[in-house]
Amino acid sequence: MSAIEKPKNNNLGNDTMKKISTLLAATALVSVMSTAAFAKTLVYCSEGSPEGFDPALYTAGTTFDAASRTVYNRLVEFKHGSTELEPGLAESWTVSPDGTEYTFKLRAGTKFQTTEFFTPTRDLNADDVIFSFERQLKADNPWNKYVEGAAYEYADGMGFPTLIKSIDKVDDLTVKFVLNRPEAPFLADLAMDFASILSKEYADKLAADGKMSQMNQMPLGTGPYSFVAYQTDAVIRYKANDTYWAGKQKIDDLVFAITTDAAVRAQKLKAGECHVMPYPNAADVAELKKDENLTVLEGAGLNVSYLAYNTLQAPFDKAEVRKALNQAINKQAIVDAVFQGAASVAKNPIPPTMWSYNDAVQDDAYDPEAAKKALEAAGVKDLKMKIWAMPVSRPYMLNARRAAELMQADLAKVGVTAEIVSYEWAEYLKLSKEKTRDGAVILGWTGDNGDPDNFLDTLLGCDAVGGNNRAQWCNEEFDKLVKAAKKTADQAERTKLYQEAQVVFKREAPWATLDHSVVSIPVSKKVTGFYNDPLGYHRFDGVDIAE
Amino acid sequence: MLRFLLGRIAILIPTFLGVSLIAFSFIRMLPGDPVMLMSGERVMSEEKHAQIMHDLGLDRPMPVQYLNYLTDVLSGDLGTSIVTKRPVLGEFLSLFPATLELSLCAIILAVVLGVPAGVLAAVKRGTWFDQSIMGVALIGYSMPIFWWGLLLIIFFSGYLGWTPVSGRISLMYFFPPVTGFMLIDSLLSGQAGAFKSALTYLILPTIVLGTIPLAVIARQTRSAMLEVLGEDYVRTAKSKGLSPFRVVGVHALRNALIPVITTIGLQVGVLLAGAILTETIFSWPGIGKWMVDAVFKRDYAVVQGGLLLIAGVIMLVNLAVDVTYGFINPRIRH
Amino acid sequence: MSTSSATPEKTGTHPSALSEFWHYFSRNKGAVIGLGIFVAILFLAIFAPVFAPHAPSEQNRDALLLAPAWMENGKATYVLGTDAVGRDILSRLIYGARFSLFIGLVVVTLSVVSGVLIGLVAGYFGGKVDIVIMRIMDIVLAFPSLLLALVLVAVLGPGLLNAMIAISLVNQPHFVRLARASVLTERDKEYVIASRVAGAGTLRLMFLTILPNCLAPLIVQATLAFSAAILDAAALGFLGMGAQPPTPEWGTMLAEAREFIQRAPWVVTFPGLAILITVLAINLMGDGLRDALDPKLKRS
Repeated sequence: MSAIEKPKNNNLGNDTMKKISTLLAATALVSVMSTAAFAKTLVYCSEGSPEGFDPALYTAGTTFDAASRTVYNRLVEFKHGSTELEPGLAESWTVSPDGTEYTFKLRAGTKFQTTEFFTPTRDLNADDVIFSFERQLKADNPWNKYVEGAAYEYADGMGFPTLIKSIDKVDDLTVKFVLNRPEAPFLADLAMDFASILSKEYADKLAADGKMSQMNQMPLGTGPYSFVAYQTDAVIRYKANDTYWAGKQKIDDLVFAITTDAAVRAQKLKAGECHVMPYPNAADVAELKKDENLTVLEGAGLNVSYLAYNTLQAPFDKAEVRKALNQAINKQAIVDAVFQGAASVAKNPIPPTMWSYNDAVQDDAYDPEAAKKALEAAGVKDLKMKIWAMPVSRPYMLNARRAAELMQADLAKVGVTAEIVSYEWAEYLKLSKEKTRDGAVILGWTGDNGDPDNFLDTLLGCDAVGGNNRAQWCNEEFDKLVKAAKKTADQAERTKLYQEAQVVFKREAPWATLDHSVVSIPVSKKVTGFYNDPLGYHRFDGVDIAE
Repeated sequence: MLRFLLGRIAILIPTFLGVSLIAFSFIRMLPGDPVMLMSGERVMSEEKHAQIMHDLGLDRPMPVQYLNYLTDVLSGDLGTSIVTKRPVLGEFLSLFPATLELSLCAIILAVVLGVPAGVLAAVKRGTWFDQSIMGVALIGYSMPIFWWGLLLIIFFSGYLGWTPVSGRISLMYFFPPVTGFMLIDSLLSGQAGAFKSALTYLILPTIVLGTIPLAVIARQTRSAMLEVLGEDYVRTAKSKGLSPFRVVGVHALRNALIPVITTIGLQVGVLLAGAILTETIFSWPGIGKWMVDAVFKRDYAVVQGGLLLIAGVIMLVNLAVDVTYGFINPRIRH
Repeated sequence: MSTSSATPEKTGTHPSALSEFWHYFSRNKGAVIGLGIFVAILFLAIFAPVFAPHAPSEQNRDALLLAPAWMENGKATYVLGTDAVGRDILSRLIYGARFSLFIGLVVVTLSVVSGVLIGLVAGYFGGKVDIVIMRIMDIVLAFPSLLLALVLVAVLGPGLLNAMIAISLVNQPHFVRLARASVLTERDKEYVIASRVAGAGTLRLMFLTILPNCLAPLIVQATLAFSAAILDAAALGFLGMGAQPPTPEWGTMLAEAREFIQRAPWVVTFPGLAILITVLAINLMGDGLRDALDPKLKRS
């Protein structure tokens, strides 16, 4: 069993190995070393191991960075460094007037990567697109369960099984998606990782060889970099795809050095052992900024962290009580102590970088005196409540415990006794969904596709009660607005609806909106073309590094 | 001798069954199910959840699950990781060499420094030299190694910049693993500087992991030597006018080493426990870190298979120690 | 049982034994120092509210991550600086001593009581009982202790109490083995046979006749277990599976402080130092106890 999953024929293949062991290969060595020295290599200190290399199977950003954004492409792509869409493998598309038929024209002559484990014989065509989606949607597809416990959570989460009626091949380079209902965010969904386009030819070969699980271990796509090797929990190696449709990348070798500890990542970056690192400790950012070899790219994260009251539980069923509690919480203190300032106080349920963000909304300002009075006016005395603190660190809430402790101290000042409870993460997620939950829960969300629907309806819509809607909040007025926006294709119209929904949200206050984190990515000054991506990706297409 | 060996192996069978039962039942008792964890903040529908639980066989009665598990284990199938969806045994085998390499280096460090230190301390009993060696050994023995590792990183990697922070070898070097031991593979690769690079990456983790065994071995060697030095035959040898070096080196040390060897064998469990912390601190891609990650990700299959495999390794090492000991000292065979 | 002549080796009660013990113990200077430090820590822990300059959970939001007093940005009110939410590190360390000593005490009590009971039963009755018990202990010992404790805590749920239970369970087999081995050597000695002949019951034989004579190695082992428990609990806390924040347990404090290793190394340094000093003091005492109680070493 070898630690590196790769064929034997790499630049130091079996033959070379033998020569070396006979100590006669001094000259061969020099040539190997020199190519290694002159190739442009970018090292990315990634925060964890990818779960696998088939993006449709997973939901973690770590996996997407390693699999979908390097190896694969999608029909539609997010512009590098933005949430806007641009053509990807589909050159152009048309949408039927009723919004239920999407017809995509594929980019002609798109090559799949030629690697040491597979040589494609044909270009991208409609079959690849149909295969990539149908395996996720149809239980009888032979690839539906090619690994044990395969669950296509994102396809499910975006409602694809009920949304998509059929995917038809019009001709070799034209594919038509027929939907059961109009769905405005559909195009944005297609730019997400689970919608990556795989090679059907490669899949057929693996199926014929009885090695289907290799699809999840040695990925092959049309993307900017092709997969070379993965050494479990240590290193992933890629090289530039020579035949990339948008042109060969300037970096020859891309290396992901898996380094789980943030402090260690920072050390490695400073020592020049890697060039880009994600998720620095908030405490280290100031010092990294001082380093003259580094630039810290800062951008607002596409996320929100909130404290969701259980609006079905007395006295939290009263909006005035919820608003009073919101006034009692000093959110700036959380930003300072938990994020060392690297976050902004949230007033809306969507982040400020997202279109339709309503900046006119007034936040419930921190005012313990007013809060106290409001509670009295609402007839609430000696309130005891529970605050649920997540046991894990997430980008939107680095340390929920610490935030809960701060809130506990704040609430004590207005005469509310808060008890902090925590559960193991899976348990936490499960119990916090329950309608009968006792207490307010700290949680958050990171946007998937840059569409406001992905926050407002997903987290606060009526059908999400008992699920993603942790406030168990079903407000008819709000729900009508977001449901209408979902069916409207016109973005200006949608913006208006969403902005109104935010006003209703603030008035009813099902959550205390806590913060939007600022994402900092320290990068070596040698690196150019790297963006702090609003969607949270770490993309290396179009990136270059100075020698 | 054969009977002794067979007897030892026979004892292992019920132990192994017990170990497998413990590994199995612990994991079933973990709160929260792995399918829930897979989806995170995103909520999965009840039906989908039930279906995946069914696919993974997690909805069957416990005894059935255990029997299935046992049959699979006996046929060499330790299950598939719920997170990575790859075979547990394969993951273990690909990561174990890293842990083994680190552990071997740590034990070598401990023996090479610990035995001479213990011998010298015993010979110079009561002097300041003895006292300082034993003082340092006791500090090492009392060391919270997770903190020790952080201190070393702050000082050697951060402040002095002498050693790399984490990993096994500089990313400049790339060659396929042959043995899985980075030191050996780097030599085999023939790439200039690779061995040196692997060595610098290994130094800090080795020191951290070796600290406690080093302290234990030094202390054990000292007390074993003291005991032997008091024995009649050593006194006789001394009185016969043999050089102190011969007395200590040949007569005393040889006999003192028997309990020391047992101590070394007993350090395997300590090393594997230490590897959990050391690997976590240094991002060392070995089984210690793998297990900790699996516990946190509720990867049932990995925790279960990992517990079984690690316990298996320890049992085999203990068997080897027993047998060696029985070989050296025939009296205990019965 | 009528005469004391049947238990000639009984230790502990008459004053000469105590003074003899102190004589040997105090010959080991390290042990005396260890005892001194331990008593000091114990004192600090008991009277924590008196000694700690601040309450352990008191947050001063104007003083986040303050450096120790002697450093550039330090303040005299926070001798060892403050942590990320402005709590006084010195005060937290002083209160933390309570937890560490408490953990040690609970773990040692749990594992000694249960371990000795089981060991006595196994050794005294022998036969099948013995075999079954020892096989179970083998199973427990086949796992690295920290790994087993980690999985146990994951099963029971992270927290201080569960961490203590888990550590006691993994420590217990050592006491079982020790107690059993002592019983086996003592069981057939003359004084035991004499008591049996004199009509002493099983329980009496086990607890009053045999047990006191096995105490010496048990005490030494218990001291080691005490320090090991503190280390293990800290390690679990460090891995996020021990005491949960904001409990000022030292290992948990270390885990919380880890992200500040670059910016504020002192928040990492002091909790670790506290663990080291406490464990070292107990181990020094343990060495002294062994010297004083182990007759073999006494002679040499």
